[in-house]
Amino acid sequence: MKLLKSMVSAAAFAAALFTAAPVLAQDPGPAAYAAALNGKRVMLVPLAMGFDLAQGWAAILQREVTAFGGTFETRDPNWSTEAGAQALTEAIASDPHPDVLVVMSPDLNSFAKILKKAQDAGIYVILIDNPANFPADAYIGSDWNRLGQLEAEAVIKGCGEGSSKKIGLVQGDQVNATSLYQYEGIMKVLAEHPDFTVVAKPDSNWDATTARNVATTMLQQNPDICGIIDFWDGDATGTSAAIRDAGLAGKVFLVTTGGGEKTADCATLEDGTYGAVVMTDLARESGDMVALIKYLLQSGQPAGTASTYIYTLEKATTKADLAPDTCWDLKALQAAAGN
Amino acid sequence: MRRTNLAGWQVVNQERIVLAIAVVIFIAASVGLPGFFSPGNLVAIVRSISVLGILALGMAVVIIGRGIDLSMVAIMAMSVAWYLQLLGAGVADAWALLAVLAAVIGIGLINGFLVAYADVPAIFVTLASGSFVFGFVRSQVISQDAVPVPPGHWVEAVGRMRYASIPIEVFLFAALAFAAFLFLRFTRWGRYVYFAGDNPVAARNIGIPVRPMLVLRYVISALVSFIAGLLTAASLLSINTRVVNSTLLYDIVLVTVIGGIGLSGGKGGVRNVLIGAALIGILLNAMTIIDIPLLYQNLIKSTILLAAIIFDGIINPRDEQTAQQGDI
Repeated sequence: MKLLKSMVSAAAFAAALFTAAPVLAQDPGPAAYAAALNGKRVMLVPLAMGFDLAQGWAAILQREVTAFGGTFETRDPNWSTEAGAQALTEAIASDPHPDVLVVMSPDLNSFAKILKKAQDAGIYVILIDNPANFPADAYIGSDWNRLGQLEAEAVIKGCGEGSSKKIGLVQGDQVNATSLYQYEGIMKVLAEHPDFTVVAKPDSNWDATTARNVATTMLQQNPDICGIIDFWDGDATGTSAAIRDAGLAGKVFLVTTGGGEKTADCATLEDGTYGAVVMTDLARESGDMVALIKYLLQSGQPAGTASTYIYTLEKATTKADLAPDTCWDLKALQAAAGN
Repeated sequence: MRRTNLAGWQVVNQERIVLAIAVVIFIAASVGLPGFFSPGNLVAIVRSISVLGILALGMAVVIIGRGIDLSMVAIMAMSVAWYLQLLGAGVADAWALLAVLAAVIGIGLINGFLVAYADVPAIFVTLASGSFVFGFVRSQVISQDAVPVPPGHWVEAVGRMRYASIPIEVFLFAALAFAAFLFLRFTRWGRYVYFAGDNPVAARNIGIPVRPMLVLRYVISALVSFIAGLLTAASLLSINTRVVNSTLLYDIVLVTVIGGIGLSGGKGGVRNVLIGAALIGILLNAMTIIDIPLLYQNLIKSTILLAAIIFDGIINPRDEQTAQQGDI
């Protein structure tokens, strides 16, 4: 009897608990989120706005920043370091100034002083894609040394057995961090394969015409090259044109790196222009960027006290690895954004 | 008429100095560098300077007439970028080509009109129109730096054409050089260019239509820029408008002037352009084979060219006849 009584009372108690008018379940999250992020200004200053990486970042950031109630702006230095420095200085001095600066640095040192000023003014600085000698609140992009190693491994694999084991490099320039670090990574892997030699390593200055001219000479001097590593897919079109003109299409394994945009990287892997591309996976990079922006703005940390490195996971993609979701589509992104 | 220069050095002028340097470097490279003196490499040299040479031909016509056209690279890149953009947007080929040609001729006419009739110095007019063309097309018409050639288009097919394994650019450069040579040397209008460049006031006094001819020259250089742009697009299957920010314009003036065409106008010809282009091409090719980094290549190139100019200044000091009457 006592057991029955306690069971009944327990059941009644439970029923009362569950059927009583519930206290309004307040999730404190969205309020805190909105309080921290609403009205915040994010500014993107890439090397230029006229290429696929910058447009991809801008499209994704625009979407996400407007979604949390912030404002997003871009500046277009059009490949000029001075114009970029001017844009940054003006942004820091303006009122109201941005809360987050996303900067693509043209080389290792040019922006160091300006970015320090930005942090002193309370602006979070995020470095994207191009490293710099500056302790930013976050660096999001590739470990370019590792990227160079992946490229070298891909070209060694692409050359295969019984090849001449001669490799050519079409570097970018001698000041940009991505070019310098890629080179070190490539050399590190090649040191472990002493039978492979680098027969030429000219600079393309990130320009397709120069790349074509130097690649033509390279192939002229060494017609039995088995693979070429070009340091950026933007000028690798010139290198591939040189390979085509020399009649060596299909015999020279061209490896390059890019943001993973559909027409630039997947279509070219598909039609055999490139043998392998190490994609910097812009979609994932941008996702990391958004997460960092949201974190920093809510963290309450003073600008300049954080120091995070978010390296994207990369691998060398070949034609065999292509899947429908390997690349992102710039036109679709822009269409969705209403451009 | 006796030249007032060092006795015995009369035959030495800038053109011959540059030719001598080019020959010396060519021989040294053929002997010292393996693979330099091979048919494939020689074709590669000529091909690498074809577009530059074509642009230099257009610039030469303008400079001989005592002018300068600093908008050539901007017109080259932006006209072709607009053309490819129109094609990409689905506009019919004939209409797109017509529209772009009209715009190119229009810019040439504006340049010529401002220089000839409004008496604005050519350097300012063309600098401004070049900036305007670049800014307008880049901001209003195209959205990306590099505009691709639509697949299957005739420009793509032209890029693949070769005859006896020599690319089409070489033949086009040769054809345009020959046409320019005929124009300057054998036609009445070519003679007028020299007269107008040497002494425009005297030319006008004897009845030469100096101002319409000036307009014509800027239209010619604009059209030549467009052709050079189409060739660039043909070989790379896209046109990258970043070339406007590069040193291409200075290279064009360099090739034109280093071969002996004076900036004050009235002298020089196609041969000077060919010699200048040959020097630059041989130099760059040899330096690439040696694997000299780009930074040092510019240094070496400019040092050799400076030496040629200084040597010419010593051998042929200026006098009343050859004094530069206010360059540009």
